[in-house]
Amino acid sequence: MNKTAPLKFNRPLHWFAVLTAVATFLLLGAGGLVTSHEAGMSVPDWPNSYGYNMFAFPISKWTGGIFYEHTHRLWATVVGSMTTILAVWLWLKDARKWMTWLGVAAFFGVVAQGVLGGLRVTLKMDGLGVFHGVIAQAFFGLVCALAFFTSRFWLNLAAQTKPSPVRRGLRSHVLFVTVLIFLQLILGATMRHQHAGLSISDFPLAHGQIWPDTSPTAIAHYNAQRIEVMNEGPITAFQVVLQMVHRLVALFIFLGVAAAVGIALKRFGKKDSLTRLAWFWLALILVQIGLGIETIWSNKAADIATAHVLVGALSLVTGVLWCLIAFGRSPHVSAAESPVVLDAQPALAGNK
Amino acid sequence: MKLSGLSLLVAALATVSLAHSADISGVITLKGTPPAEAELTPLIEDPTCGSLHTDKPTTHFYAVDAKGDLADVVVSLNVVGKSTGATVAPAVLDQNGCIYLPGIIAVQTGQKLVVKNSDPCIHNVHSISTAGNTDHNDAQMQGGTDLTYTFDKPEDFLKFQCDVHGWMKAWVTVVDSPYFAVSDKNGKFIIKNVPPGKYTLTAKHRKLSLVGTTYKGLEQSVEVADKNVTANFTFEVK
Repeated sequence: MNKTAPLKFNRPLHWFAVLTAVATFLLLGAGGLVTSHEAGMSVPDWPNSYGYNMFAFPISKWTGGIFYEHTHRLWATVVGSMTTILAVWLWLKDARKWMTWLGVAAFFGVVAQGVLGGLRVTLKMDGLGVFHGVIAQAFFGLVCALAFFTSRFWLNLAAQTKPSPVRRGLRSHVLFVTVLIFLQLILGATMRHQHAGLSISDFPLAHGQIWPDTSPTAIAHYNAQRIEVMNEGPITAFQVVLQMVHRLVALFIFLGVAAAVGIALKRFGKKDSLTRLAWFWLALILVQIGLGIETIWSNKAADIATAHVLVGALSLVTGVLWCLIAFGRSPHVSAAESPVVLDAQPALAGNK
Repeated sequence: MKLSGLSLLVAALATVSLAHSADISGVITLKGTPPAEAELTPLIEDPTCGSLHTDKPTTHFYAVDAKGDLADVVVSLNVVGKSTGATVAPAVLDQNGCIYLPGIIAVQTGQKLVVKNSDPCIHNVHSISTAGNTDHNDAQMQGGTDLTYTFDKPEDFLKFQCDVHGWMKAWVTVVDSPYFAVSDKNGKFIIKNVPPGKYTLTAKHRKLSLVGTTYKGLEQSVEVADKNVTANFTFEVK
């Protein structure tokens, strides 16, 4: 390996990273369906499945919740394998040292996720599901970043002169909103893993009020009136407040992203890539708010709730990518820090 | 010969003891209109489980008849440390038609709870305690052997669920004495052979007695002498 040689765009590596990101996105969906169908413990053993080697578990037994949990496990092995290959590939073929370590981080991340999912089953610790869900979102962000850093777009960005650098104020603003989205995802994962269904089942009001009554009498009344088929666990005042905070944070995120669009329009014009990405981000947030409302109105229908998880993940990644592009357009990020040679006919293999 | 004499003495004492015990019985009623039960749509749509029913099964949170008689209420005395669970017959929880039968059951500490699978499909038996009893999650294939559990600590409405079929739930109340009963479909309960004394009788309904994450039942003071005692309870849904 020649670590000092300039970096070329490595098309196979980039597209494999993109494929890994897509596979991870699908895995997020599979995991979301597991929780939406309350099927996280439907296969009581791990890594085996009902005593079978998981790869030999007969399809005829993939019934009910087992289907969601078992396919999630199988697909996780695909993502684990792809992440391992990606990490090795980066180690061997990417001249940027920080990229090789990001690959290593992804490898350990996917291993930790697998073990965490397994421990949740074997230790019967449902609380681990919250961490499993949150780390999944962070891992998806990391894999998307890997795909982005191997893209021609990023390599060009790092090499070119900076026509319109992004001011620190805007960068900080978008970073803040992205962090807020991640916190929102933590709130969402906590709500989903309470397994208590909807703590507030109406919208735009909440238990018929602008701010719901959370007194013990009121909570007892809500529980007495709830007739849930799947998520029949009692709701608590904490859960009611949690959903209200989730609603409020959603509003703040919407305002934050809308402000990012406005600032980007004013600063860069409507044709700039960051402005377009900000518009896309805002569209995602609007879809996400719609899905959140529909999650309530549909009494947490599994497909809607899972779509809400997925669009949440895309919203986070969009914020991350916006931050990375803004970072890449900063004057201090140079070709020297990210050694790049633009290649009109990209090499199929790396340069090492 | 000595053993035979001892047995006679024990039997005689037991007879004397029973002669000075009485039953506590009553009826549980519900005042007010409970929310309508929901159809178990996922069960109905499941190819295997749906084929086991000719009707459309529903939830049974409020098992109440037209007269207001309320079933599935656990009534118990404030007696602890008197469990005879180790020597009594096991209680049985059956998975039949992809539904737990019965949905509400009570056992003593140390008493065996046998879980059967009468269905032509896989279930997982997943118990979740909030009072320090051991959680379980065991596979039970169709035609599989019965599973047996015991519980060391008293607990209100310990949850059993099947995660393969997410609508399947049962609740097991664990009592530290033999003095308890679950009201039947006519709202009636009877606690037999209660020794003389003053007690607090508590009735708990899984929905209506929930306060926060614990259960606070309706209470009555009862005094047992040599005559049977009647104690009725009325729950109210608001």
